[in-house]
Amino acid sequence: MSTTSVMGGVVKRREDPALIQGKGIYVDDVKAVGMLHMAFTRSPYAHARIKSIDSSMAEGMPGVVAIYTIDDVRALGPLLAQVPIGKLRPLLADGVVKHVGEAVALVVAESPAQAKDAADAIQVDYDPLKAIVDLKEAASNKVKVHEDLDSNVLHSWTYHGYWDALGLESQKPKIEAAKQREDAIVISQEMINQRLIPVAIEPRSVMAVWNGGYERFIVQSSSQIPHALSGAIAKTFGLAANAVHVVAPEVGGGFGCKLNVYNDEILACFAAKDLGRPVKWTEGRREAANSTIQGRGWVATATLVGTRDGEILGYEIEGLADMGAYTQNFTVAIPLLGLWVASGQYTFPTHFQIDCVTTHTMTTDAYRGAGRPEAIYYLERIIDMYAHEIGMDPLEVRKKNYWQPDQFPATMGCGFSLDSGNYQASVDALVEKADYAGLRAMQKAARAEGRHVGVGVSSYVEVCGFGPAVLAEIGFSWANYGLPASFNGSGLVRVNPDGTATVLIGTGPSGQGHETTWAQIVSGGLGIPMENIKVFHGDTAESPMGVGTFGSRSIAVDGAATHAATEKIRKKAAKIVAHMLEASEEDIVFADGQAHVTGSPDKSAAWADIAKAAYQAHKAPPGMESGLEAHGCFSPGNATWPFGTHLAVVEVDPETGNVTLLKYVGADDCGNVINPMIVDGQIHGGIAQGIGQALFEDSIYDDEGNCLTTSLVDYIIPTAADLPLFDLTRTVTPSPVNPLGVKGIGEAGTIASAQ
Amino acid sequence: MHVSLTVNGRVVGGDVEARTLLVHFIRETLNLTGTHIGCESSYCGACTVLVNGVSTKSCTMLAVQAEGATITTIEGLAQNGDLHPVQEGFWERHGLQCGFCTPGMIMSAVGLLEQNNNPTEDEIRHGIEGNLCRCTGYHNIVKAIEYAAAKMRGETPAPAEWEVSV
Repeated sequence: MSTTSVMGGVVKRREDPALIQGKGIYVDDVKAVGMLHMAFTRSPYAHARIKSIDSSMAEGMPGVVAIYTIDDVRALGPLLAQVPIGKLRPLLADGVVKHVGEAVALVVAESPAQAKDAADAIQVDYDPLKAIVDLKEAASNKVKVHEDLDSNVLHSWTYHGYWDALGLESQKPKIEAAKQREDAIVISQEMINQRLIPVAIEPRSVMAVWNGGYERFIVQSSSQIPHALSGAIAKTFGLAANAVHVVAPEVGGGFGCKLNVYNDEILACFAAKDLGRPVKWTEGRREAANSTIQGRGWVATATLVGTRDGEILGYEIEGLADMGAYTQNFTVAIPLLGLWVASGQYTFPTHFQIDCVTTHTMTTDAYRGAGRPEAIYYLERIIDMYAHEIGMDPLEVRKKNYWQPDQFPATMGCGFSLDSGNYQASVDALVEKADYAGLRAMQKAARAEGRHVGVGVSSYVEVCGFGPAVLAEIGFSWANYGLPASFNGSGLVRVNPDGTATVLIGTGPSGQGHETTWAQIVSGGLGIPMENIKVFHGDTAESPMGVGTFGSRSIAVDGAATHAATEKIRKKAAKIVAHMLEASEEDIVFADGQAHVTGSPDKSAAWADIAKAAYQAHKAPPGMESGLEAHGCFSPGNATWPFGTHLAVVEVDPETGNVTLLKYVGADDCGNVINPMIVDGQIHGGIAQGIGQALFEDSIYDDEGNCLTTSLVDYIIPTAADLPLFDLTRTVTPSPVNPLGVKGIGEAGTIASAQ
Repeated sequence: MHVSLTVNGRVVGGDVEARTLLVHFIRETLNLTGTHIGCESSYCGACTVLVNGVSTKSCTMLAVQAEGATITTIEGLAQNGDLHPVQEGFWERHGLQCGFCTPGMIMSAVGLLEQNNNPTEDEIRHGIEGNLCRCTGYHNIVKAIEYAAAKMRGETPAPAEWEVSV
């Protein structure tokens, strides 16, 4: 492969000039002639029967164009979900509301303020019912959350039973036997991994246009999954897949909360079609707590069995995960991601059972990490308790139980194989970067002074780069949105007649810098200068098929697909150049914006000339198909498994309980790195969100099912003043799963830091 | 009510309801959509602009309160095509990812550096704590502002972390 230093080097982001000058276009910045605005009447009760809805007062208010209830939209069916286990969300409340903030009525008006005023004037008469908020109460099934479901426990994920075809055996007997050993000690602790609100700084926003002449929707949405949204709209309205055009322009952060199709997106389409005018809706921040998915919400008990000398003999986690009231995109599948990483970096037998429980709260789904921070939290916390119990350094305990470098690919008890790893090297890098021995000495001295200084470590693996098509066998696919039943990635590379390149990808980035990284992949492969390459994404009419940006997957799947397309172009171009310069195809190399013949420095061809030949049949090699564009598709055989170990030094004020973060060090390995600046930026942001969970964030519900933390005054995310600089170091263990050797880095920081 | 003010060097005006917030006037009436709205509690800072040179959350002011004021939004920061040092710093030091908080963050940093062009890391962190970013963990925002401060003092900024061999 002909590459230049552009692969693996720092390149300033192509996205930035627009964004730093206020020229980025987000959905709420878009206006259309005749545009109307939506507002919702939302339930003040977590569980209540709707006795009547009286919209007579609202109907006559200024600017009101239409008011809709479930009777108007019931025929469209409920909101589609990928993993439809549990109760699907009706587009508007149908008879009984199931969580505070559930949309009961929809007002469409000439201005946002008029729509909100009218939504407030709709009178809904409720008969309140008992709300089930507590997970254990819900799991007891004494009161049903949904009358028409058999149980509040929607599903149970177990390590050995999640996929019958794997024929896995329970590891529980091994762990039980270990507990009986004379030298065994058993540590057990129930822990809460609290619910979180994602808080992308850009509120969700959608604008739908129905083009009646062409019977076609054109939808702008702040979505991580434009193709999936397009598919879901088509299915809901009974349209062909090509009758919906979704554009995700600039998206102001996602973190999983825009990895969903929402009822407001479907309703904007419905209203636009019904009224024949563009319809827009932008979520309010307080509204978002009850209209955008939340994450986490586990109550579980971790139990660890080990010897006094640090050998861990087995680990088990059993507990409950909060699904909220309605199942949306991947709701019930999220704990499955935790299952896959439940044994972390370690070899010991593992037992995992998480029951998915429905409650009268807002839906939960993927929030940065999605199941993986929860699983690693339980594992790493209980290992720390064990290390404390046996009086061993917590890093030493971990090192004693890691998979060793010569054991990869290592098949875990859950049936998946860790693609590559060198956990020892990673932790060694951390020890050096952090000066671990020095920190422990500092801690000892501080303790002697009466200061409460602690040093915490956490080792993680992540499962990402989704993913293997075979996962569709257990329902982990996009088929229910009318997309391929897989997580394939794709990329299209076109060399234009002027020698520039256009790259089209099926991802939906929200700040990850794809326009830069993908240009590096293509520039690295073809030698076309970065400034001559433009990357487009997030538009279903111009992008090849894709499933979006989530689960740290884009580079490992769509990046590999773009690499494959680049290789096709390179091979075809080599044939053309060989024909043009009367040289051998094997001697053609591409660099510095042109093709060279090895050993003949005077023989070269510029990309513009190569492209001209490619598009003119008489100049191309005889029989060659004209054109110079190629599509690449990549379906990975395995997920990828990044890993690392992080360390935090904190000081606790015993008077106030205030925790000050004194130092933070991370050692990560995400395989090969294309742009170190962007990769480090992803880790920084991930760490901050994990620290948010550890120290600040908590989506708190009262017994009546009211979320008490809907505003940013009540729901505290970290500010600049709360965080230190992060010291990062890196090891590189390439992944064998894809030709780029990359793994993914979007969530690693969050998984590592939330302990 | 009519309001008249100077925005990015131009005298502009419009008829607004008394309840119209300055941020809505900027976005909806003037169509300057670089100033963003991220919350309803004056907490996130995405709407920060300079009002008479002072960084101000434009959701905390009514449009009519800005009568006669001189306002700079993100669109007015670059001069004659040259980026402001803070804009340059954010680009050079990867101080943004999704870019949604960025205009407010940049305007806040401009306000900070106009008061103190040689801030410590701690002063930078407290200076921008009214602006929330969910992407960067603030690490590179701090570096971006340090870069800008050096440029504004006429000094050469310290090399980026990735330019220093580890």
